[in-house]
Amino acid sequence: MDKFRMIFQFLQSNQESFMNGICGIMALASTQIYSAFDFNCPCLPRYNLAYGLGILLVPPFILFLLGFVLNNNISMLAEEWRRPQGQRGKDPAVLRYMFCSMAQRAMIAPVVWVSVTLLDGKCITCAFCTSVPVEILGNASHPSLSQGDMKRVLARIPCKEIYDGQELIANEVAVRYLRCISQALGWCFVLLMTMLAFLVRSLRPCFTQAAFLKSRYWSHYIDIERKLFDETCTEHARSFAKVCIQQFFEGMSTDLMAAHCHLPRKAPEDAGEATEKLLGITDWDTMNMALKSWHQCKPPLHLHVPALPSGNGWAGEGQPPVHPPVPRREMAAYYSWV
Amino acid sequence: MDRFRMIFQYFQSNSESVMNGICGLLTLASIKMYTSIDFSCPCLLQYNMAYSLGIMFVPPIALFLCGLILNRQSLVMLEEWSRPQGRRKKDPAVIRYLCSSIMQRAMVAPAAWIIVTLLDGRCLICAFSGSMDPEKFVDFASASPVQVQQLLAKVPCKDEELMRNNTSRKAVSRYLRCWSQALGWSILLILIIAAFLARWLRPCFNQAALLQARHWSNYIDIEQKIFEETCCEHSRLFAHKCILHFFESMRQEVKLHSFSLSREGEGSEGDQALLRGITDQDQVNKLLKMWYYEKPPLDVS
Repeated sequence: MDKFRMIFQFLQSNQESFMNGICGIMALASTQIYSAFDFNCPCLPRYNLAYGLGILLVPPFILFLLGFVLNNNISMLAEEWRRPQGQRGKDPAVLRYMFCSMAQRAMIAPVVWVSVTLLDGKCITCAFCTSVPVEILGNASHPSLSQGDMKRVLARIPCKEIYDGQELIANEVAVRYLRCISQALGWCFVLLMTMLAFLVRSLRPCFTQAAFLKSRYWSHYIDIERKLFDETCTEHARSFAKVCIQQFFEGMSTDLMAAHCHLPRKAPEDAGEATEKLLGITDWDTMNMALKSWHQCKPPLHLHVPALPSGNGWAGEGQPPVHPPVPRREMAAYYSWV
Repeated sequence: MDRFRMIFQYFQSNSESVMNGICGLLTLASIKMYTSIDFSCPCLLQYNMAYSLGIMFVPPIALFLCGLILNRQSLVMLEEWSRPQGRRKKDPAVIRYLCSSIMQRAMVAPAAWIIVTLLDGRCLICAFSGSMDPEKFVDFASASPVQVQQLLAKVPCKDEELMRNNTSRKAVSRYLRCWSQALGWSILLILIIAAFLARWLRPCFNQAALLQARHWSNYIDIEQKIFEETCCEHSRLFAHKCILHFFESMRQEVKLHSFSLSREGEGSEGDQALLRGITDQDQVNKLLKMWYYEKPPLDVS
């Protein structure tokens, strides 16, 4: 028992570490996915912006949702939110705490994706290559093109092999310019996120520590209670099944004895425990009949037999019992001699 | 009891090791980030200085904040600082000790970034190539004043048409890289000497106060950990009792409404105890429904 308690404490105190681990793995996975992903700018005026911004914004959204999906506590939060109040009040602070801690962890992988994308620069280069300030960076002496043509030429900046505007504006100059802006945006974004995280983490103890301790305790409590309830139900189900099956075998053997008028074979005194475990079924026919019966006519989920057949409902529930009374009478016949 | 003591000693001795480990990982991460992010100087007069100084100073700030966030002791320190006095006096020496230990660890990764940036040299070349004196370099001395600034700004970009195979460009690069590396090594030397002196001379100044501050800061850390563990254990026992009460109240209800004589157990005593009087599909369904619709009150008295 002591060992179980220690392991449980370790797991519980480490559940946060476990979630942090998942969080870190998702962040690493997002960088790997980005580097494995083959970025292919379409190099067409209207498609560039859509593609670039799509790559910048859609995967983070997916990663954010995935962060929630992979978090076991999301179902716990949903359950606590939706349950009727009953005899136990609902504390909105606990719900807020659970949601905030899940959202914070789910935000890490998207932030990493956006940072890596901006610092790499290909996305912004693709998305905004048509907005490069040609007057500043380009060749002033080049004859001006129409708006549409200009956009078409500029849209090919990310695709060096097909770029045909070298006289208008050098490809390297434009790419360097866009990448510089992209990296500046990236680092500003990283700084902003870090500062936000720092403020959230450092201001909390200064303002709401008592309320925080309370919310944390009760959210851990809800989690532990749910796990213990599941364990208790599993134990109960195991005992229920064991007793149900024992009763089934005994019923079978009694039934067969009654039907075939077998005298119970006297077991040798020294057989002991093994004979008891046979539960009265000791030959090929009987066993086959037991197996067939188990498949074709499983016993009802009912272990006790009431002495008086009453309307076996509760005060608050007017439903009749689920199973019909006939098998119960049969079962009564099996046991009446006990 | 002995086992608990060993575990607590392990935690105590390893709290510092854990933080040192995090500090080391963050430093390695900063070096890896620098090498993997493509430094591309814009080679435009107005943007060079801003870009390079940004690359030099913004990531260290972010790394410093990360170092503070990832350090558990920063939370401990803030809680100790902001708590009401109550019945336990607050010792400013402990808070100062915690603060200085946190800051020292958080400064390692930013310092590593700055030193690596300087030793690499590209940042300084990008920032200061436009401020060089063109008279010193043959090709630039002969260009017109308007053009020279533009040319100098393009020095960091080797692949530029105008700059390819330009000897003056190489001269400017070498000159600036030399300064950059000298600066980098000097900073590294100064930091190491400062760390060495601080560690060497610390025992000479008020060692007793330092030992006290360190002891009590470890104490606060451990006390908080044990409080959290005790709360976990308490909530586990609370939940256990609450669920047992719930099953018991269901058993009472079964007895009250079904008028059945409870039979002697078919299975062993252990099984009967675990069944807790719930022996029917209806009863189990009712129990599970009650668990959702009417959780028991948080009161196990």
